Amino acid sequence: MSEKEIDSVTGVETTGHVWDGDLKELNKPLPKWWLYTFYACVIWSIGYWAIYPAWPTLSGYTKGMLGYSQRGEVAKQVAAAKADQAKYFDQIAATPLAEIEKNQELMPFVMAGGAAVFGDNCGPCHGKGAQGAVGYPNLNDDDWLWGGSPDAIHQTIMHGIRSGDPETREMAMPRFGLDGILQPAQIKDTAQYVLSLSGHATDEAAAGRGAALFAENCAACHGEDGKGNQDLGAPNLTDGIWLYGGKAADIEKTIQTGRGGVMPYWAGRLDPVTIKMLTVYVHALGGGK
Amino acid sequence: MTTIKRAADFLPETAPAEAAPGIERIDVTAVASKLAREAYAVRQKIYPKLAHGTFRKVKWAVMAVTLGIYYALPWIRWDRGPNLPNQAFLLDFANQRLFFGPIEIWAQELYFITGLLILSALGLFLVTSIAGRMWCGYTCPQTVWTDLMIVVERFWQGDRNARIRLDNSRWTFEKIWKKTATHISWMLVAVATGGALVFYFRDAPTLAAELMDGEAPIVAYVFLGLFTGTTYLLGGIAREQVCIYMCPWPRIQGAMFDRDSLLISYLGYRGEPRGPHKKGQTWEGRGDCIDCKACVAVCPMGIDIRDGVQLECIQCALCIDACDEIMDRVERPRGLIAYDTFKNLDAASHHDRAPLRLIRPRTILYSAAMALVAAIMLWAWLNRTVLEINVLHDRQPLYVELTDGGLRNGYTVKILNKLHQKRTFQLSTEGLEDAGLSIVGFTDSAAGIDVVTDNLRALKVHVTIPKDERDDLKGASTPFRFVITDLADRSRTYHEATFMGPNHD
Repeated sequence: MSEKEIDSVTGVETTGHVWDGDLKELNKPLPKWWLYTFYACVIWSIGYWAIYPAWPTLSGYTKGMLGYSQRGEVAKQVAAAKADQAKYFDQIAATPLAEIEKNQELMPFVMAGGAAVFGDNCGPCHGKGAQGAVGYPNLNDDDWLWGGSPDAIHQTIMHGIRSGDPETREMAMPRFGLDGILQPAQIKDTAQYVLSLSGHATDEAAAGRGAALFAENCAACHGEDGKGNQDLGAPNLTDGIWLYGGKAADIEKTIQTGRGGVMPYWAGRLDPVTIKMLTVYVHALGGGK
Repeated sequence: MTTIKRAADFLPETAPAEAAPGIERIDVTAVASKLAREAYAVRQKIYPKLAHGTFRKVKWAVMAVTLGIYYALPWIRWDRGPNLPNQAFLLDFANQRLFFGPIEIWAQELYFITGLLILSALGLFLVTSIAGRMWCGYTCPQTVWTDLMIVVERFWQGDRNARIRLDNSRWTFEKIWKKTATHISWMLVAVATGGALVFYFRDAPTLAAELMDGEAPIVAYVFLGLFTGTTYLLGGIAREQVCIYMCPWPRIQGAMFDRDSLLISYLGYRGEPRGPHKKGQTWEGRGDCIDCKACVAVCPMGIDIRDGVQLECIQCALCIDACDEIMDRVERPRGLIAYDTFKNLDAASHHDRAPLRLIRPRTILYSAAMALVAAIMLWAWLNRTVLEINVLHDRQPLYVELTDGGLRNGYTVKILNKLHQKRTFQLSTEGLEDAGLSIVGFTDSAAGIDVVTDNLRALKVHVTIPKDERDDLKGASTPFRFVITDLADRSRTYHEATFMGPNHD
């Protein structure tokens, strides 16, 4: 066995393994440069194990001498970013809501930060551009259910609408049909009257009959002229903006079943400065009063 | 083992040591000869002999000029006023600007660089079609730095014969210190090369001080090291291997030559049959080439030009100098190796030289293409603005209905001020009846908008159309223009935009 066998054709030493009687394997060692690079890597890896986290243990892993971790790196970066933002946050905290929008230095930060926070927290319902959807108000327009002043917006974001928060905005549209307050024919007449407020009635006779019903049942909240009441969250019915649709059938359904959309409260979930930024952002979308 | 056929193998074994009386027949092998070209060849070292003559002088001059430009350019100053770099040539990647004297190119204008590169490529084509590989032979950095490294090598180790002797000798003290001195000098040249390069990317005097103090940005050290390494490796060690095996240009340039291109050629009709010339022998019935191999000995590429035009030849013209020197000594006319055309070389009769045709379809085409690219670049440059406006229409929502029946669209208007001074603008619209304009953060939309030097300002803008005008809108989208007025000179810049509304059912 110790005898070296030389392949007669190539003159190269064989490994001594034989297959199928005569098939032999030439002994071709790895190139030296490759082998030594490999050994160098092996030695390098030992140092690596010592310095960096490397081996899993039953309850965790070896931490390494440097105590490095990617999670730790992220935490450091986040802390550094927070520190950079701190001067803006302090300034926003110290500035009254109405004044922030006039501050040319703060506004770019507030708008960028507000847009990010809005996209994460408000976008799922209101849309990324705050364009709204059926049942979720468009925040770009100047039609506000509960008021479009910075303070009113701030109040809404803090405590939500019908959100269960003690200070939340509570009023809701009653279920006139389901609760038997109005009969189906009366609902149709009332809906036609509501449509007539913005000049869209399709049945003038019905609208005429609905006037009295409106004064009796709706005017308390929506006002005698139908222009709504932001203290009660009652929408303006004389414009072209409809949260739940402006067709006769939509309005009939609203009267039949009532409406009571819910917006969560954000106090406690977002920090006060973030809510302030969000308020200014929403106000600056264009519809703010 | 296969037998490698070398050019020398084609010569009679009995060739004497003298090519002509008093002229040594140099013992040299054209190691990269095209006659011996193989798929894989172990490198054989080349020991280029120092040439003397016109072309060597030209090449010294070109070397001085190109190296001079390379080292001096970053140190030229150019006053651009406050807050701007005062370096004439600066590739300021950190601030995304390129400065070339009075020209300043922003990142979004990089097409000027593309145009410049196209111009350079076409220029290379044109020169090659007229006079072959002028670029390779005289100005290519690989050629210039290799030449420089050979100068250094020659300074420490002597010329060709001394270098061969040194390489063949045992490791004596003399050999060790000469080799060490050579490599140290090469390394110094390499460091100077890599060092000069980084000055193009950062204010040179500042960076020089930072490099000395060890306070330069890490990227400066990385590139300094990278170019030091490549200069040492490519110019000092690899040399002709770069041209023969790494560079794509030798393969491409074959397509640029034609029968009228001036190429460095051995005039075979005059030189053959070659052979040693004995004292008193007549020149009748034999060629002028005395087979002294002086042309092979000076060749930095290790070829024999007498084999004809070949891929390995960078056309550096040193063989012309070597041959002319020999022709003077044997009292034959110069120009046995010369710039000549295939048309002349292949001519049936060599009494009259075919006149040089500079103007031919190939050169006309390259020149026309260059003129076209240059014209486009000039046009683009003259129409370059120092104010750029970009308008982005809000996508969500496309439009907003207001309580009073009006319509509102939101835009982001970006104003880019490329002048080196603060400018104040006023924003307005044109083409929409009774359109109202408001800018977020501005109480008065007609107020001046300051855009500081060299900067971009993004504004959130709302355009509102009252109910009365709403019906006049044509369809769902109405084109209009934003007008940006420079309050300093009342000059107006326009940008097209679209006002969106609901579809008319």
